[in-house]
Amino acid sequence: MKKIVILGATSGIALEVQRLLARRGCELLLVARSAQRLAELQTDLQARGAEQVFTYSADLGAIQQHAAIFEFARRTLPGFDTVLLAYGSMHNQKDSESSVDVLLEELHVNFVSASAILTLFAADLERRRTGCIAAITSVAGDRGRRSNYVYGSAKGALSLFLQGLRSRLHPAGVRVMTIKPGPVRTPMTDHLPNAARFADPEQVAGDIVRALERRSPDVLYTPKVWRYVMSAVGQIPEGIFKRLSF
Amino acid sequence: MPEILKAAVPGSLLPYGLGRSYGDSCLNGSRELIDCCRLNRILGFDESTGMLRCEGGVSLADIINVFLPRGWFLPVTPGTRFVTVGGAIANDVHGKNHHCAGTFGAHVRQIGLHRSNDGLVLCNSEHNPDMLRATIGGLGLTGVIAWADLQLKRVAGPWMDAELVPFQSLNSFLELSSESNDRFEYTVAWLDCFAGRKLRGIFFRGNHASERGKDFYSERGPKLPFALPAWMLNQYSVKCFNAAYYRIHSAGKGASVVAYDSFFYPLDSIRQWNLLYGRRGFLQYQCVIPETNLAAFEELLDRIAGSGMGSFLGVLKQFGSAPPAGMLSFPRPGLTIALDFAMRGERTLQLMESLDEIVQKSGGALYPAKDARMSPALFEASFPRWRSFVPYIDPKMSSSFWRRVTGVRS
Repeated sequence: MKKIVILGATSGIALEVQRLLARRGCELLLVARSAQRLAELQTDLQARGAEQVFTYSADLGAIQQHAAIFEFARRTLPGFDTVLLAYGSMHNQKDSESSVDVLLEELHVNFVSASAILTLFAADLERRRTGCIAAITSVAGDRGRRSNYVYGSAKGALSLFLQGLRSRLHPAGVRVMTIKPGPVRTPMTDHLPNAARFADPEQVAGDIVRALERRSPDVLYTPKVWRYVMSAVGQIPEGIFKRLSF
Repeated sequence: MPEILKAAVPGSLLPYGLGRSYGDSCLNGSRELIDCCRLNRILGFDESTGMLRCEGGVSLADIINVFLPRGWFLPVTPGTRFVTVGGAIANDVHGKNHHCAGTFGAHVRQIGLHRSNDGLVLCNSEHNPDMLRATIGGLGLTGVIAWADLQLKRVAGPWMDAELVPFQSLNSFLELSSESNDRFEYTVAWLDCFAGRKLRGIFFRGNHASERGKDFYSERGPKLPFALPAWMLNQYSVKCFNAAYYRIHSAGKGASVVAYDSFFYPLDSIRQWNLLYGRRGFLQYQCVIPETNLAAFEELLDRIAGSGMGSFLGVLKQFGSAPPAGMLSFPRPGLTIALDFAMRGERTLQLMESLDEIVQKSGGALYPAKDARMSPALFEASFPRWRSFVPYIDPKMSSSFWRRVTGVRS
């Protein structure tokens, strides 16, 4: 793992992952919307020891921009070996219950656009028969909950997409890693109650980088306790689960 | 940041970092804090000079992780690396090398300071030098430190040549300290505060090892998952701990090579160690007493021993004579001692008040970063020139500590 493309480089988890990769002397290509924040990140990561930091400013939610992003990656970071998809959006669930526009936007950003861009990168890695695709989904995608099922269904769909992609790319020797964090203290979750008790992004980033280096597991729960929590949650019969308000 | 500062009501804000100050100097009761931890980017590093420019929310741990593998270390470090650069400046923290390096603020070349009236203000020895001196040790009250230029120091690697020497009296501590201060960059002592005047302790001294040695990543240590029941920490259990600590370290006396993290940050290896003290927590007491007044220091130790409320981790250090870097800097020539006292209500507070008397009479001072209860009179005695600091306070800033020790309401 030496040349990494990060889609959604200004997300709270990506920020910390990039810092760990910089310390390991990796070459990075950062894709995010804000050109100014990308420039600031570039300086930070270079000072932290990154071999090279390239940036590309684009809206990952806009599928018509994907081809240009992919071309830029192929040109500036030829032979990239890892693609990390780290962007996502979490609206207030109530808004997507009352507005179909918000609902579609949430599904589009978190699932449609994510699967679209991964398809471009997957074809390239499959042809080169090398590398790794890692994408951040969520424990919220493991079961539909009353309070967060729109975000959850988009992330759950992305998890399923990755599962299939993993199987498709396996013969080519390309790894696909599904990263399922529990709630993490990042700008995306600042508006939620109890945000102070969420996991540290540094800790989650440490788990992610370690898993990328070890090339295992296929599905990473982070912090680790969520693997057990979600397997217990998965056992609750639907008849009871539908009455739970969390 | 400028928008936040502009929109605020006077006296309503205080920058907050990693919250490792022991008392209320990092709190702003029923008002607002500005969480600065995400302002943690490195803005530049000059590999030839070791000059680092970083935002105020960068932690010392982060700096070590990034720059120690490249042969650079902090010029001064407190006993925990989980503090921010902004917090280290605002409290003008000191370390085991105070006798030769002075305080953290002495290594800050310039800062960018967000002020509610004037925007981002550059402060160095040419521009706004007084504002720089006010901000160093200024408890966050002069504005929000946007960035700072910090001079790192060259080291060979992450290892330390360390030496342990047991001692049995205050005089032998002083002898050890004065003979070590020329030869050792870092000196500090641990004190068994149950022993009173016939004190005993372990003197730690060390230098950065001159060979690079093997690199290592320091691991996340175990974590104390919940507050221990208060009864577990009593004078018998602590006496046992202290006796065992003394025995073990006396047996290990002599020189050895140790990793930087166990040398500088023994407590960082247990996450949430503060929960040892149970739900009621503990109070820290750190004072400095002039060396000309050793009798006062001995009396202080007697009172602590007599109270039976001493705790582990009495830390003793002889400050050097470097001039203060900031207007409200705490370190000054003398002996400084830092102790934890489990909070037992009125008894604990009374003991501390009786210690205050000694400190005040001796011409000493208490350390704001560790205080939760000193009186306005003792603050006045510790920092007689605090009024000349007041004009530099940003009108939008205030803290629980400041209101308590100065008696101002806004």
